[in-house]
Amino acid sequence: MMQVWDLLSWWSEVQMGPPDPILGVSEAYKRDTNPKKINLGVGAYRDDQGKPYVLSCVRKAEAQIAAKKLDKEYLAIGGLGDFTKACAKLALGDDNEVIKSGRNITVQTISGTGSLRIGANFLSRFHTEARDVYLPKPSWGNHTPIFRDAGMQLKAYTYYDPKTCGFDFQGALNDISKIPEKSVIMLHACAHNPTGVDPRPEQWKEIADLVKKRNLLVFFDMAYQGFASGDIDRDAWAVRYFIEQGHNIVLSQSFAKNMGLYGERVGGFTVVCKDAEEAKRVESQLKILIRPIYSNPPMNGARIAATILNTPDLYKEWLGEVHGMANRIITMRELLVANLKKEGSTRNWKHVIDQIGMFCFTGLKPEQVERLTKEFSIYMTKDGRISMAGVTSGNVGYLAQGIHAVTK
Amino acid sequence: FVPGLFNVPQATPVAVFKLSNDFKEDANPKKVNLGVGAYRTDEGQPWVLPVVKKVEKIIVADNSLNHEYLAILGLPEFRSSASKIALGEDSPAIQENRVGAVQCLGGTGALKMGAEFLRRWYNGNDNTKTPVYVSAPTWENHNAVFANAGFEDVRPYKYWDAEKRGLDLDGFLGDLESAPKHSIFVLHACAHNPTGTDPTHVEWMQVAEVMKRRKLFVFFDSAYQGFASGCLDKDAWAVRYFVTQGFEMFCAQSFSKNFGLYNERVGNLTIVARDSDNLKRVLSQMEKIVRVTWSNPPSQGARLVAITLNTPELFAEWKDNVKTMADRVLLMRASLQAKLQALETPGTWDHITQQIGMFSFTGLNPKQVEYMIKERSIYLMASGRINMCGLTTKNIDYVAESIHETVVNVQ
Repeated sequence: MMQVWDLLSWWSEVQMGPPDPILGVSEAYKRDTNPKKINLGVGAYRDDQGKPYVLSCVRKAEAQIAAKKLDKEYLAIGGLGDFTKACAKLALGDDNEVIKSGRNITVQTISGTGSLRIGANFLSRFHTEARDVYLPKPSWGNHTPIFRDAGMQLKAYTYYDPKTCGFDFQGALNDISKIPEKSVIMLHACAHNPTGVDPRPEQWKEIADLVKKRNLLVFFDMAYQGFASGDIDRDAWAVRYFIEQGHNIVLSQSFAKNMGLYGERVGGFTVVCKDAEEAKRVESQLKILIRPIYSNPPMNGARIAATILNTPDLYKEWLGEVHGMANRIITMRELLVANLKKEGSTRNWKHVIDQIGMFCFTGLKPEQVERLTKEFSIYMTKDGRISMAGVTSGNVGYLAQGIHAVTK
Repeated sequence: FVPGLFNVPQATPVAVFKLSNDFKEDANPKKVNLGVGAYRTDEGQPWVLPVVKKVEKIIVADNSLNHEYLAILGLPEFRSSASKIALGEDSPAIQENRVGAVQCLGGTGALKMGAEFLRRWYNGNDNTKTPVYVSAPTWENHNAVFANAGFEDVRPYKYWDAEKRGLDLDGFLGDLESAPKHSIFVLHACAHNPTGTDPTHVEWMQVAEVMKRRKLFVFFDSAYQGFASGCLDKDAWAVRYFVTQGFEMFCAQSFSKNFGLYNERVGNLTIVARDSDNLKRVLSQMEKIVRVTWSNPPSQGARLVAITLNTPELFAEWKDNVKTMADRVLLMRASLQAKLQALETPGTWDHITQQIGMFSFTGLNPKQVEYMIKERSIYLMASGRINMCGLTTKNIDYVAESIHETVVNVQ
């Protein structure tokens, strides 16, 4: 029955893929039997008991949706209209001139990753004047493979200053001033991942100015609106400022973190065009890009997000809950520093409080991270990044103990 | 400083969606939409399966469930139960631990993942020159999926014989014989879209024999399992036969139609490999592709399907719901054919009942299609494809009369 050729596989030459650096952390954490173990790898919010948090406004929205008994017909390729309109308004502001004049096109995407991928595909196909995408150094680990797979080339501009664990403003300006015209520059709108280091408004203004002089195409990645400062308008300030200054940006949004809709895959991709006519043409091309990947996006999460954004009391409740999540993170930052001081650490931990959003770039070196994991069962990525969301009032003391032990 | 950044030409809209749009805007009260491939009840309404409603309630009531990320490859209990549906619970390949799966966004997403993997890892690395064969005709998105994955040579294989309104078996086998070695063939597991014409068991065996001998890659597209005959196992016969023949293959599964979960994007790429070691490496590379496309798949639809498939009473209820849909389609087929015969409409209309699944290739030519749309407000694809689900006991007389009038008056 089975001939000799049957014993050969098409896949003999397929190599084992390297393990995902971030997921590998979670997997090792799961295997660890130490009752004091802490997982600071995963970028998902946890409450003060270390549990996943389903927002109350989400549960309410789900109940409302269930009562409506909607059908399950395909969405349009560009997604749920109620969602995309609200998504754009959330980012750009209710009265934004761009939305009023219809010169944006916003499509629903498979969360932030899907949005970045559609954006990368779009630029790869239509932004033929330049192939290079400049990422801040460092950036989210998945940015590089996404753009590369889409056919773009990756370069970097200075961003993080390891000496101060802060923003290397001069370094960034120097590098940006040398970027060839028409290149794409990626900016994290707020709560930079992985460093938690954001430019101040005055610094954003200078960056915007320089980027305009260099005639660069701005790609904003906004995965944490509301989650950074607790205020959605404040977190969108940079995006709105750039648009005000005349940059026709492209923008990726995720609702994974700020609505806790991680697994529902809710996101948006926006192109700000020169006019409504261009927006129509761009829309038609985005559809052509989307159709051969997944045809049309999933309904459930978008329907939840749209319900929240479009129902005044749910929207109000959501703002409160986002504020609450951001506040818990800020409190943990303060508690961690206080505990480190209590442990007797004489190092400067100011950056833990200055940094913003879910992540903290501790400044720990790989050897110190390894010790933390091996000796204390505290799990984080090798670059010293910790997810503040994994810190609780229950484990912050132990965390401070461990960090002090490996850094004294 | 408002640069017109994008010299972006207006793209032509996707035909099937344009058709739906035109239908929506038509004011004729007698209008009928025989375009988009979605199930409709006899009232012409979308149908959320009763079992789906039940499981949704279960999910809503379960406070232990949350919205956390799924693993990159998806919900494990979905992937394994979905693969079992395609290959059979007692599939030897499953027992031999050489079956794996990737949860994807609908059937499209499963095709996409398979295509991306093949382009990177099949027939040498980053091969873009391996021919990909799709049936003539086929679902229009097949071409785009493989082309966008980087394949430069997407070609048709003979399939539909317009003259005899059936399968062009000789042409099909001929193209299999002449295809370059290692060519990839996209096969419709059942209920061929758009023709509704499937090979018989004997014909499938002949196809398999040539594919094995000429070392061609088997990529099944299974979007209608259960929907074709009303029986899941019957509709999976071809896929399972190929497994018994020792093929390593992909099977892109969609749960859009058979679960009515269109907008939740529930799909599964089932992978049958030589052994578990090869499978492991394949899955590890699939993860890399998923990560740069959508990171991880949506949870709602997969959860729903997993609960249904893994709970005996719900599974039984689902099979029943599927049969309800398939039976209504069969009834409409029989009814339409009977009416056309009664009207003595020129031509033979046996193909309406011989064809299987949601679609029927009526044999109407583009001019006749245009007439149907413009003069009768009956919307169908330019290819002559109709969605049987668009027919109801209330509109079937009007449709039959219209077909009759069209065939008589327009050549």
